[in-house]
Amino acid sequence: MTYAASLALTLPEMILAGGALVLLMIAAFAGDRSARAVHWLAVALIAAAGLALLGPAGNGGDAFGGLYRADPFAAFAKLLIYVAAAVSLAMAPDFFARDTTGGPQGQLRAEYPVLILLSAVGMGMMVSAVDLLTLYVGLELQNLVAYILASFMRNNTRSAEAGLKYFVLSALASGILLYGISLLYGFTATTGFDGIAAAVATQVEGGGLGAGTLIGLVFLLAGIAFKIAAVPFHMWTPDIYEGSPTPVTGFFASAPKVAAMALFVRVTVEALGPATDAWRQIIIFAALASILLGAFGAIGQGNIKRMLAYSSINNIGFALIGLAAGTEAGVAAVMSYMAIYIAMTLGSFLVVLQMRDADGRPIETIASLSGLSQSRRGLAAAFAIFMFSLAGIPPLLGFWAKFLVFDAAVAAGLWPLAAIGIAASVISAFYYLKIVKTMYFDDPAPAYAPANSVLEGGLIALAATAVSPLGYFAVPALGVVTASAARALF
Amino acid sequence: MIGLQHYLVVGALLFVLGVFGILFNRKNVIIVLMAIELILLAVNINLIAFSAYLGDLVGQVFAMFVLTVAAGEAAVGLAIVVLYFRGRGTIAVDDVNRMKG
Repeated sequence: MTYAASLALTLPEMILAGGALVLLMIAAFAGDRSARAVHWLAVALIAAAGLALLGPAGNGGDAFGGLYRADPFAAFAKLLIYVAAAVSLAMAPDFFARDTTGGPQGQLRAEYPVLILLSAVGMGMMVSAVDLLTLYVGLELQNLVAYILASFMRNNTRSAEAGLKYFVLSALASGILLYGISLLYGFTATTGFDGIAAAVATQVEGGGLGAGTLIGLVFLLAGIAFKIAAVPFHMWTPDIYEGSPTPVTGFFASAPKVAAMALFVRVTVEALGPATDAWRQIIIFAALASILLGAFGAIGQGNIKRMLAYSSINNIGFALIGLAAGTEAGVAAVMSYMAIYIAMTLGSFLVVLQMRDADGRPIETIASLSGLSQSRRGLAAAFAIFMFSLAGIPPLLGFWAKFLVFDAAVAAGLWPLAAIGIAASVISAFYYLKIVKTMYFDDPAPAYAPANSVLEGGLIALAATAVSPLGYFAVPALGVVTASAARALF
Repeated sequence: MIGLQHYLVVGALLFVLGVFGILFNRKNVIIVLMAIELILLAVNINLIAFSAYLGDLVGQVFAMFVLTVAAGEAAVGLAIVVLYFRGRGTIAVDDVNRMKG
């Protein structure tokens, strides 16, 4: 394959990376006055990258000598990532402009969209990685951007603390991941996923996985588990979600989770597929522990962003059940789960953005939601839909996501796992329903500032419609797309 | 004769030192940055030892990438530490506790 053909396969990343550099120049010369224009240009670039997926970049095979693979699985994951990135760009300008501690412009800066674009490049490389080198570089690009985004509110000490914590813990996780990579490289003599799969298969046939390979596998999975915030590598999530600016939190809860989950699936299925028995027990443990800790941890939280952080841990646990099945149906279920999950999660964070007092300062307590149904009927209804959907209550779309993963787990003979998962989802329903009760049955708290953004209102309505029973009209299409994505891995 | 095992033992020791430096250091965030560098060095020793042992260049190329990323990571990390110090006037690890729960 020629170099030009390789470049054509990586067209979405080329558009985003080149565009990000151009926008950085605009930001540098025009200053923060250009911030809003740069935001919308960045959204346009993401749309262009999404369109590029229709070409050879969507299903063109390997590029750069087997470092990068453009297959339907990567294309679907990238589509979800781009949607999440575009929404977190759309909800950012007003939020940052309202914080006037940083001068008349507020905290609105033209660097934010550039950073999101670079993060999207890193995530695109993560989901297309078929070599440990690409995996590492993509992951680090996404990581470095995430540190900066977490501490983006420069004169807010909580934001700086979130950035510092995220940096230290994430760097430790990257170190663990990298150590695992070095061991896997040493004991399989290659960094390509196909080569690793062949070497692992040889080891398994020759009497079991070698100790070095096994340790490498565990370290590698531990590093990726940190990125998706699966228990026992979840401890950073509540603090970082609380301290980061809300649009950034919404971004963290959606796009990087999809990317890391897709990476997790590709590494386990494509590179370590012959050693399924070795990693399945790790995944089962992480899934159950995440579901239970997410469910119990959220109960006592008074801060809505912390509550949503535990909710995301809980949801990742359910998605991992599909991966534990290790089958084609299981992988398709994971991808469906992530698609539905980002709609619910982004919708929830858009609602959190509406929570601000009369002066425009953000409020984050759950108690302030009291009696929301009387002051903001539509907002309360939308948030109730997201909460019911996250709890997996039929007929909302969140139920379908959980049904798919449980179905795949039962089909793979993991019915005890599915049974415990269903029992735990009842526990998590408790705190979701508590929010609905607060909004509908408690005495009204001081009303929030009136809605002033048609765009945010429209996005909330769109997300609420997508996860409402109307969303089932999209289910057949989602099924076809995720099935073709999963088929690409087997 | 110094063989592969010796390098791996050194790598493992450095790695454990680095992890302990992050987990058990309560004084200074700068020490955490140094511990992170130690972990990455441990990985590089591993990669290069394997590369020489296997007679395969990929490990050395990988080590160059790790070095480059480590430089970027240190730059971003130091910037965040400066930002944090401006807001709080301290970089003691024990004081990083505005958010708990």
